[in-house]
Amino acid sequence: MAKRRKKRDLGRIASPVYLTLVLIVLYLPILMVVIYSFNSGRSISAWQGFTTNWYTRLFNNALMGDALRNSLVLAFLSAGFAGVIGTLGAIGLAHGHLRGGGFIESLATLPMMIPELVLGMAYLAVFTAVGFKLGMGALVLTHTTFCVPYVFINVKSRLIGMDPAIEEAARDLGASPMRVLRDITIPLILPAVVSGMMLAVAMSLDDVVISFFVTSAETTTLPLKIYTGLRSGGTPEINALSTLMLAAIFVIVGLSQLLRARSDRKLYASR
Amino acid sequence: MDEAMAEVLLSLRHISKNFGEGDVLQDVSLDVERGEFVTLLGASGCGKTTTLRIISGLETPDAGEVILNGQDMTDLPPESRPVNTVFQSYALFPHMNVEKNVAYGLRVRGMDKRAQAARVREMLELVQMSEYAGRMPAQLSGGQRQRIAIARALAPQPQLLLLDEPLGALDLQLRRQMQIELKRLQKKLGITFIYITHDQEEAINMSDRIAVMRGGRFEQLGTPEEIYDHPATRYVAQFIGRSTIFTGTVRSANGYSAVIENENGRFTVDSAHAEIREGEICDVCVRTERMRASRTPVEGFDLPATVREARYAGGHVLTYVTTRGGVEAVAEGVERMCDAPAAGDTVYLHWNPAQAAVIGGASHGA
Repeated sequence: MAKRRKKRDLGRIASPVYLTLVLIVLYLPILMVVIYSFNSGRSISAWQGFTTNWYTRLFNNALMGDALRNSLVLAFLSAGFAGVIGTLGAIGLAHGHLRGGGFIESLATLPMMIPELVLGMAYLAVFTAVGFKLGMGALVLTHTTFCVPYVFINVKSRLIGMDPAIEEAARDLGASPMRVLRDITIPLILPAVVSGMMLAVAMSLDDVVISFFVTSAETTTLPLKIYTGLRSGGTPEINALSTLMLAAIFVIVGLSQLLRARSDRKLYASR
Repeated sequence: MDEAMAEVLLSLRHISKNFGEGDVLQDVSLDVERGEFVTLLGASGCGKTTTLRIISGLETPDAGEVILNGQDMTDLPPESRPVNTVFQSYALFPHMNVEKNVAYGLRVRGMDKRAQAARVREMLELVQMSEYAGRMPAQLSGGQRQRIAIARALAPQPQLLLLDEPLGALDLQLRRQMQIELKRLQKKLGITFIYITHDQEEAINMSDRIAVMRGGRFEQLGTPEEIYDHPATRYVAQFIGRSTIFTGTVRSANGYSAVIENENGRFTVDSAHAEIREGEICDVCVRTERMRASRTPVEGFDLPATVREARYAGGHVLTYVTTRGGVEAVAEGVERMCDAPAAGDTVYLHWNPAQAAVIGGASHGA
């Protein structure tokens, strides 16, 4: 009895401590970046007053504009291709009673696990060997590769959660397989496709390592800009850029999760 | 030409199916007449759902033929068959409202908009769901979804409606009500129903004929009365209704009745429906509501038993007894607890010989 109470007391103390530690380790550095992006001095350790100057300078920097455009074009193209490939793959694997389906599935999700450094190097080696020009084309190709699993996994879990009788009912009522895909399957998985593509956009937007290998001088992306900016000492301007990217990613990932949760709830409520 | 001869709508001929782990269906044949209500009854895994999926085209048989209206449909895909299904999970399209769900079968057939709307209205009226046309499936209760699933399957005017345990997910009261409604609907529309259930009471209440399935075969096919009163096998006798089965040796038999003896004693059965000969071993099935327990021996019976317990069961008393040979039996008949025998009393089991079913020689037993 006494022992159990002791245990519970321990838990009562331990869990806030744990939570505080996690929050400090994980979010304090991020918070610092955000705070110092508003610092009027150039120092990133001493607070010298509030300013939004760095943001103004950032927006007036033409090179930053180019990097932003590159990043957005890259993110939306890769997420678009990944959306198509990932969705088709998930539908194919869920429906075709394919031999070795499990193996193909592992292959499809592997890019998430392979170290980015290895992936980047491998791509560079291949592109050099076949004489593929580095730049936007190469960037889109590589980003599509590591974006596919986000769409694939999202769509596949949606398909698994779906009652197979729904598609069967449509065929039973006279719809051809293509018609079932158009009228039933695609509308039902669309929220998962979109939320997967939003994750893909987020992943592409903040990739440094793979982009570093296959980019060209004209196709610098925002994360590359931050990276190179830091190497040359780091400025509050970079802090401001990081803060903006952070905000963008939070919004995209948050929306993606919200979309998924809402549509899942709808799907399960109708069971 | 016999004009009264009913027309066969569906015939299954020697259907076999195997999913790679033993046979699911073994040589199943069935003729269903137009307008008939046929139930496939069996425990889970007996092959009833597979049979239904083969009829709808969602599954193809390894061998055999599916013939509808004299035409071979075995290789037709589900969308080309004039057959619709009410799924166990209802399978309503969650992203379409009630109206669009019901209209779907008409829409894919390219029916014009106005005719679609009229037909949908008619179907919703039929299942008394007219006010719900604009609702989404998630906003409906289980019973309401059930009605929409039925309306959706009936809308394209199928020649045959397949129902896969459609009432399985409903509570008992709603199930009873829907049983009556479904039966009424089937009579009114004159559509042929093939119905799946594992609930024997449901099967008996609703069907014109029942096929009792077990291990991928038909154990018995007959009217509810035939199946209840004259079960063909021990399995059917045990699966449907509550009964006691006595196995014994035939001591004497004439065309009308037979005397059978075993370690519990001796008893008489009507043998008009069964071909049994002296010396043969057979099973006799006595339904609980036809089993009597009296305090004095009855002519033709010598089945003494010890009362374990008497329990009031609403309108009658159930007497639980153990016979000399150790068979546990239940008898009905006494109406009030004060007339019931007490635990430890000796009673004598008997029944109306015409109401006991002889299951047949030892070869039938399973």
